[in-house]
Amino acid sequence: MHFAFTDEQEQFRASVQRFLRERAPITAVRSAMETTLGYDRTLWRQLCDELGLPGIQVPEALGGQGFGFVELCIALEEMGRALLCAPFFASSVLATQALLNGASETQQLELLPAIASGQRIATLAWVESNGRWDPGGIALTATPVGTGYRLDGEKKFVLDGDHAEVILVAARAPGSVGAAGLSLLLVEAEAPGLERHPLQTLDPTRRQAALRFNGVSARLLGAAGNAGAALALTLDQAAVALASEMVGGTAALLESAVAYAKIRMQFGRPIGSFQAIKHQCAELLLAQELTAAAARYAAAAVAENAPDVPALAALAKARASDTYLQAAVECIQIHGGVGFTWDHDTHLWFKRAKTSQVLLGDANYHRERYLAQLEAGA
Amino acid sequence: MSQFDDTTIRTAVRDWLATHWDPERGLVAWRHLLAESGWGVPHWPSEWCGRDLPVALLPGIEAEFDAIGAVGVARVGIRLLAAATLLEHGRDEHKARFLRRILTGEDTWCQLFSEPGSGSDLAGATTRADFDGERWRVNGQKLWTTSAHHAQWGLLLARTDWDLPKHQGLSYFVIDMRQSAIQVQPLKQMNGYASFNQVFFTDAEIPAENLIGAVGDGWKIAMTTLAHERRNADALKRWGRASDRPGRIYAEERAEIATVMEPYRWYPQRAGRVDLTFSRARETGRIAEPALRQELSRLLMLAQCAEWMAHRARHAKALGRPEGPEGSLGKLAASHLARAAAQVHTLISGADAMLAGPEAPLGGLIAEILLSVPATSIAGGTDEIQRNIIAERVLDLPREPRMDAGPFRDVPRNPPRAR
Repeated sequence: MHFAFTDEQEQFRASVQRFLRERAPITAVRSAMETTLGYDRTLWRQLCDELGLPGIQVPEALGGQGFGFVELCIALEEMGRALLCAPFFASSVLATQALLNGASETQQLELLPAIASGQRIATLAWVESNGRWDPGGIALTATPVGTGYRLDGEKKFVLDGDHAEVILVAARAPGSVGAAGLSLLLVEAEAPGLERHPLQTLDPTRRQAALRFNGVSARLLGAAGNAGAALALTLDQAAVALASEMVGGTAALLESAVAYAKIRMQFGRPIGSFQAIKHQCAELLLAQELTAAAARYAAAAVAENAPDVPALAALAKARASDTYLQAAVECIQIHGGVGFTWDHDTHLWFKRAKTSQVLLGDANYHRERYLAQLEAGA
Repeated sequence: MSQFDDTTIRTAVRDWLATHWDPERGLVAWRHLLAESGWGVPHWPSEWCGRDLPVALLPGIEAEFDAIGAVGVARVGIRLLAAATLLEHGRDEHKARFLRRILTGEDTWCQLFSEPGSGSDLAGATTRADFDGERWRVNGQKLWTTSAHHAQWGLLLARTDWDLPKHQGLSYFVIDMRQSAIQVQPLKQMNGYASFNQVFFTDAEIPAENLIGAVGDGWKIAMTTLAHERRNADALKRWGRASDRPGRIYAEERAEIATVMEPYRWYPQRAGRVDLTFSRARETGRIAEPALRQELSRLLMLAQCAEWMAHRARHAKALGRPEGPEGSLGKLAASHLARAAAQVHTLISGADAMLAGPEAPLGGLIAEILLSVPATSIAGGTDEIQRNIIAERVLDLPREPRMDAGPFRDVPRNPPRAR
């Protein structure tokens, strides 16, 4: 199990790859990243209408395509390869999985169809200024007021948080600590007391925002104070999804480095004929094969609701953090001076690699989690 | 078609075994029976101890042997590489003379390829064979020769023409190891074991009929041997296990396997023994140290990924997809793994990592790991060669310009070593 894609999955990958190559080449990435919104709405609509990607893993009864998590990760690999600018990760991974894991059936029926069709953009606000990805890092409070809740606090590094229409917020009951007392709440973008401002980040291809909640009215999803497990699962699934995206980005960098090594002439030979370059490329391929194996195994485990998803997610994300950056660093190095220029495209992947390295937790964090999981199981 | 049917074949072998198998028979006598019946190597040609059966039927036949504990032909060691090479490139007289005694285990073989001056660059061999009109005379030195000290026969790669380019000037011989012109000395390794030999030839003789293939075919034939070596590496694990059943034949087989497997005793340690790291980190309490936790976790992740990568390769192969670069990638991953494991063992052991012998951690096993791991990135093709293979054959990067074209006589090479 888990070791090879089916022919149908390979065909699906090819169709996503073809679509992105035609509609979202790197020139399109460059124009989209310069816009205020950060992505091309027309392209997003095409992605929704022609491929149905935003709800790919959502059951058909909830307005999705009814495919599985493996197909989601295949699409993410291709998006990572193309460096697609889109609110996909925020809306279709983070928010969608949070709703699938933590909202009631009625709430899912009400909220998911619009998100799965791509009409409404949603996101999940989890981490705060302390940058802690563990539940204990959450300080924002949800205080019961009448039939609803009042949110006070802040969130940071919220993907597409400056323009998302639906904001899911992880908050805690006043006085609670750790994973206990956590709830998942929904805030409308226009809610009074919500201040949002875009963060300037290294990576212009994925938008992030800081959110301030000053007594913002919110609606509870799922059961009060009991969202710890659903949110933890959501983050594990998101780590696997991000690792898949990173595997796709690594593939693009590796291909670019190898292609350049074949044509760049120095000292009368292609630089790819020097072992110094050749061996770097070989090591990179090895790192990529190992990490891709991890990401794909983990994706299949998520699809099957396997009990070892937390360990596998930690493994996949730790490996992807290291491998994607290694590829970005080596790709610039192999390109030499031109690789450091703005006009050359490599820096765009480098910046995605650098931010993805720490998004959802860096490699050290996930290595520690992995070992803790093994100890718990021993 | 019915004779190639799995059920029919299994019935036939079961009936034959029921009549002939006797654990109190002598090992060699039994294997002569196997060779005569063709059931020992049923995929070999029927004129050479086999039955011309397709390889796909072998698992079923082996299962019948396993079911009653019947012993098979001699398989461990270099002998099967010799057999495969002779089957492919030998003349009928070679096959008639050597194959059966390979299967019975009466003859032990060794492989005389590597030299002090040619390791990664195997085709740069300088051991020479000169024809004096009647026989070949061999001079030079070979190295890393497993089992040379109890081998009857050697597979020898030697230079027969110094004016041709290096790959074309080599020839392939079977040489009788029992002659005074051949001296075999153990080669002691940095971990204290002496699992290999160095072999010195001073006018050693080879009769003309022991040339395999034509003069100049040496490199091509050596490639056949090496291809089988890689294929046999996995199978060795299975064949290297002796049965502990009572009976004369099992006792004889145990003795044979013990002799052949003796040089490989430290092989698990050279791979780094990742399996020991987690438990030792817990037992010693070092698992509480954050820096060690990082290294240990990184190692265990790498080990897990390497396993998945290997699974994926096998799975893709089973689906009939083209075979990729898995061999070299897997070997390179094993090198990284071994080194990382040695590092983790060192961190777990702390100051005790300096100790060797019975008072050292795990009775010296950790010390043996630390001193055996450096072999992993060299033996069976260095990491550098693996990276070249991956880069050139998988990533299609250009080859390095060669400095060794033209007559071998003019190619720069290592000075001869003092003995």
